[in-house]
Amino acid sequence: MDIQEYFSLVFSDYTLRTISLGTAILGAVTGMLGSFAVLRKQSLLGDAISHAALPGIAIAFLITGSKDSNTLLIGALVSGLIGTFWIRGIITKTHLKSDTALGLILSLFFGFGMLLLTFIQKQPNANQAGLDKYLFGQAATLVESDVWLMTIVTGICLFVLLLFWKEFKILLFDKDYAKTLGFNTKTIDVLITSFIVLAIVLGLQTVGVVLMSAMLLAPAAAARQWTNSLSKMVFLAAMFGAFSGVFGTALSASQNNLSTGPVIVIVASIFVIFSFIFSPYRGLLFRQIRFIANRRDLELQKTLAFMYRIAETHENISHPHAIKILNNFQGFTRKTLQKLVDKNYVTIDGTMWSMTEKGFETASNLYNQQVVKYE
Amino acid sequence: MNSAQIEIQLIASLVAIACAIPGTFLVLRKMAMISDAISHSILPGIVVGFFITQDLNSPLLILLAALTGVITVVLVERIQKTGLVKEDTAIGLVFPALFSIGVIMIAKNANDVHLDVDAVLLGELAFAPFDRLFIAGTDVGPKSLWIIGSILLVTIGLLFAFFKELKISTFDAGLAASLGFSPALIHYGLMSVASITTVGAFDAVGAILVVALMIAPAASAYLLTTDLKKMLVLSIIFGVISAISGYWMAHWLDASIAGSITTMLGLLFFNIYLFAPSKGLIAVMYREKQQRTEVSLLTFLLHLKNHSEENERHVNHLQEHINWQKVRAKTVLDLALKNNMIDINKKIVSLTIKGDEFTSQAIDYIITNEDTQIEDMKDDFFLFRG
Repeated sequence: MDIQEYFSLVFSDYTLRTISLGTAILGAVTGMLGSFAVLRKQSLLGDAISHAALPGIAIAFLITGSKDSNTLLIGALVSGLIGTFWIRGIITKTHLKSDTALGLILSLFFGFGMLLLTFIQKQPNANQAGLDKYLFGQAATLVESDVWLMTIVTGICLFVLLLFWKEFKILLFDKDYAKTLGFNTKTIDVLITSFIVLAIVLGLQTVGVVLMSAMLLAPAAAARQWTNSLSKMVFLAAMFGAFSGVFGTALSASQNNLSTGPVIVIVASIFVIFSFIFSPYRGLLFRQIRFIANRRDLELQKTLAFMYRIAETHENISHPHAIKILNNFQGFTRKTLQKLVDKNYVTIDGTMWSMTEKGFETASNLYNQQVVKYE
Repeated sequence: MNSAQIEIQLIASLVAIACAIPGTFLVLRKMAMISDAISHSILPGIVVGFFITQDLNSPLLILLAALTGVITVVLVERIQKTGLVKEDTAIGLVFPALFSIGVIMIAKNANDVHLDVDAVLLGELAFAPFDRLFIAGTDVGPKSLWIIGSILLVTIGLLFAFFKELKISTFDAGLAASLGFSPALIHYGLMSVASITTVGAFDAVGAILVVALMIAPAASAYLLTTDLKKMLVLSIIFGVISAISGYWMAHWLDASIAGSITTMLGLLFFNIYLFAPSKGLIAVMYREKQQRTEVSLLTFLLHLKNHSEENERHVNHLQEHINWQKVRAKTVLDLALKNNMIDINKKIVSLTIKGDEFTSQAIDYIITNEDTQIEDMKDDFFLFRG
């Protein structure tokens, strides 16, 4: 099946439609909440939470014995929240740093989860197969009820986000100010962290424990490059997330042996790389171009200043000089000279140049602040 | 115990020691999450190495995979240097991308690769004794024992050779640079050792356990000591204890050895986190409570000193004036009485000579902005702490 075929099938084929919708919604909600995680410098929290959710899934299965994804997700949610608040406890109450706390919770919870999973697999209970899909995720196991669950959660997230928009925003950028205004920062903090945990847990079935953090980060990191406004960033991140979901699903469906999770992550990473390079304000490409343009500008000024020093020594400022004498000066290029001619600062006659009145005027004030900026 | 069991425990202990040494420095340098990133991103290196060598235990594969680990670190630093995103975001972007590439490479070549993502992430220590190394036809022991043993030897050699450089650059990077130790060299050296250890150990215990073995013993030791050498020794001991007890727990539960070693590490850390003297949760909470009471006591004494009028110092008035709850007021009052700071005469509270002296000194320190001195002063004056 190639990509074209996929897009014609997506509207008719039930499974494909469910999966595409599911990954799109998942991408949107993780992108949305990921923006907050990235801006709060909690990027790696997602990684820790997704790993910390694993023992919850196993324990939920051990208690209920059912493989219903909602039950398991509640288990994941609980253990994810425990992990999150333990991380916070470690950071605030001991002098271990945040990276150590994250790494600890991540590896310890995950290891414990693996212990439980292997323990379950050895049990004489035929029902246990398929729990390990939460490790790497299997989008193919999404059914309509899962998609409905995702939609509802996304709806709630969106509602709460809009309701508490200004609180979230102020907490994000100036926590102390929020406190002095009388907002209960602790509650807002807990609220937003819980939503991040919720979004991560939702994605476990589709993308898996290991790659979930990228779903949270990549769309947000890409969106950050295009705008300085929070609302635009959240919107863009949701868009990038949704597109990564759909494209990733399409790509993995069009080839054999490609699991959806990694492909979605790769697509999202490509979005990030593209944004890093091509975003007009922060992007590396345009930054480099601006850098070169600035350097040219400076060289132009240097040449002009050099000419000014020469012209100064003559009674007639328009006295012609040979172009050759500029050669031992670094700032000179044929292009800069042409630029100066275009600006009517100098005139060129064969191999000779002479300064104009206007050029002399500008050059004499070049390093004085009061003159209009040199263009 | 049969020989396979001994060998498994030996391998697990060696891995624990080999991880604890670089782990200590990673924790101290606030780079713990880098080990997580490395452990994931070595996957494409392993896959490529496997295509070339067709042998999971070949040294070339270990070098290639370790190179991927170092590349990860470089990539993270490059991205961070552009200033487009913060360091932690850079880490979070790089390793899932590399890991995904590895997973896809395995999936696309599923037929000719006998390599399982689960195996890379989780390892299977129980099978390690079956893959044996033969030299000139004689069985000299399991391959992974030799691999991790040589990595450990190199690590210990490097540790002894560069101990003071590592120590200085960890605690005072500026001083190290001005003394002429290249910070970049030490940094990348440490990263290379961490990568090689991760790769060498993944086959036996899996990538995630490597992270646990690097961070958890070091973090536990960090809560118990402030001496680098003691911290190294303690983390090695913690690592080995968890490795051996974890093995027996797995044996008893019939579950994954890597998982149960991690669980033992978790239990160990949890206990130390709670009960560590002076830095554990209970000690910290107790100290905070003590300080709260003592600050209240100081406020109370200052109030007494400020008011010489008898009616201001009447017990009933004080209760409404400072507005503490009953229990709290009682603790503060008891503490003051026990320390002979105040005496109560006909329901009038007044400072004793000692209390007066204490309060005047405290005021001096507060005015001159040397609040920290008050802590030392408390040792001189207090018979009982809050």
